[in-house]
Amino acid sequence: MDLYAENILDHYRSPRGKKLLKKPTIEHKEVNAGCGDSLTLHLLIKDDTIESVGWDGTGCAISQAGMSLLAEELPNTSVEKAAALSPAFIRKLLGVPVSERRLKCALLPLFALRNALRTVKKQPLLTWPELLEEDNA
Amino acid sequence: MAFDAPHIRRQFPFFTANDALVWLDSAATAQKPETVLRAMDDFYRTTNANVHRGMYEVAERATAAYEGARDTVKKFMNARHSDEIIFTKSTTESLNLVAKSWGIAHLKKGDVIVLSILEHHSVIVPWLQMKEEAGITIEWIDCDDEGRLIMNDLKKALAGKNVKLVAVSGQSNVLGVRPPVTEIIRLAHQSGALVCIDAAQLIAHHPVDVTALDCDFLAFSGHKLYGPTGIGVLYAKREIMQTMPPFLGGGSMIEEVRRDGFTPADPPHRFEAGTPPIAEAAGLTAAIDWLAQFPWKDIEEHEKNLMRAAFETLNDIEGLHILGPKNPDDASACVSFVLKDLHPHDLADILGQEGFCLRAGHHCAEPLHKRFSVPASLRLSVGIYTTEEEIRRLGPALKKAQKILAK
Ligand SMILES: Cc1ncc(COP(=O)(O)O)c(C=O)c1O
Repeated sequence: MDLYAENILDHYRSPRGKKLLKKPTIEHKEVNAGCGDSLTLHLLIKDDTIESVGWDGTGCAISQAGMSLLAEELPNTSVEKAAALSPAFIRKLLGVPVSERRLKCALLPLFALRNALRTVKKQPLLTWPELLEEDNA
Repeated sequence: MAFDAPHIRRQFPFFTANDALVWLDSAATAQKPETVLRAMDDFYRTTNANVHRGMYEVAERATAAYEGARDTVKKFMNARHSDEIIFTKSTTESLNLVAKSWGIAHLKKGDVIVLSILEHHSVIVPWLQMKEEAGITIEWIDCDDEGRLIMNDLKKALAGKNVKLVAVSGQSNVLGVRPPVTEIIRLAHQSGALVCIDAAQLIAHHPVDVTALDCDFLAFSGHKLYGPTGIGVLYAKREIMQTMPPFLGGGSMIEEVRRDGFTPADPPHRFEAGTPPIAEAAGLTAAIDWLAQFPWKDIEEHEKNLMRAAFETLNDIEGLHILGPKNPDDASACVSFVLKDLHPHDLADILGQEGFCLRAGHHCAEPLHKRFSVPASLRLSVGIYTTEEEIRRLGPALKKAQKILAK
């Protein structure tokens, strides 16, 4: 199957949830310096549950469609569960083969989410090697 | 006789193995002719020994192959002496050697190094490191929208009196422009500053004569010159080299080692610690000898025609913007571009599925991309084996990619 499957292109063309929240509990930004992709994620958290999600960003079809897909998944997910989402989950969500060279594009949304939640919990931020290691595991 | 790119192409095993690929990434690394692969293979099969060490005949032949490469490079770039040629592993290592050996020995707080905005990270970062370590200052020569250096920036910097070295690319790996290095060298020398030329790109597309240029340092890599990876060259003037301390410590770079100290060897071995890239040196000799069968005039004319075809093809695409030169004759061997609203990575990926190999990203020149207010671009680059037909085929492929990604 093709990386640029209809579903990916649909989310790229009409991204879901691509609007920043008025009063987010947390705002977090991550970039792929190498290619200039950037994502700003807003989460509204109530009772340890993600109530709503907003985001903004620029970049390639894969990072932007991936964020759109993830944004659909997150509302009503507990913080604990969201913080445990894995690269494998993202690969399934995208549903297309992701090659090594596009891995960081595909995982940028997860990277932003995981670090947003770590910021909430005042934990040290995840690094790329750590996330990529999870993907290999 | 017209330049016969298809015939030349048949001498490259890579193209036989990948006949569906359109290789438009020679600026990243060039493919290698059969004769280069053979030379390295032959070296390992018949001549393999370490250099400058063994007291037996085959070691002498290995040493002769390695030192012969130095002589080949010396003639290729018209250096005065073969001891002005240092072998490194790459342009990057050569440029680091300048900063870390010459720079450490000669620079102090407040001294100024001038860089152009066109530079590759391998030119920029070693001097940024020196800035942190030694407190030197870096000043920049900006360019105009077509990539021409603003010579007034250089003159202003030189007027400040503290400029010790100007580092500039002979040919941009993004815009393809060739800065006026002869003029830059003249001005810098008038002010007592040295000049280091990054010839990583220039070397495969234009004759380089270090004696005529009168540059103080010049660096290039074997792998962009149809030679192997793992070998690079630093040319440095003999009298300057003699003032430079060793770069790496180890075997071959010393005259004498005692318990309490050492005496470094004379240049160029002073800068070649450890076992050098010997088979690669044999490969580099083969690459230079191979290239020498083509008059530069023919190579340049062929590549000029390719760039004209590239500009025509690209300018025919709606929403496509070429970074830098408007005139294809100002872009040597490469051109970078962006398409409105489309990310270069998506385009390169889709083009890749069609067999087109183009690089997407900032091509190790982030300050230059910032100068043009884009995070990344797509780059088309050509070599001696590229055909006009390959370039023309990119047009429809780009339009198709554009259609797939259209919002
Ligand atoms: C202009 C320029 N300078 C320096 C380099 C560094 O060369 P290398 O990666 O072989 O060290 C390159 C290519 O990568 C280049 O295009």
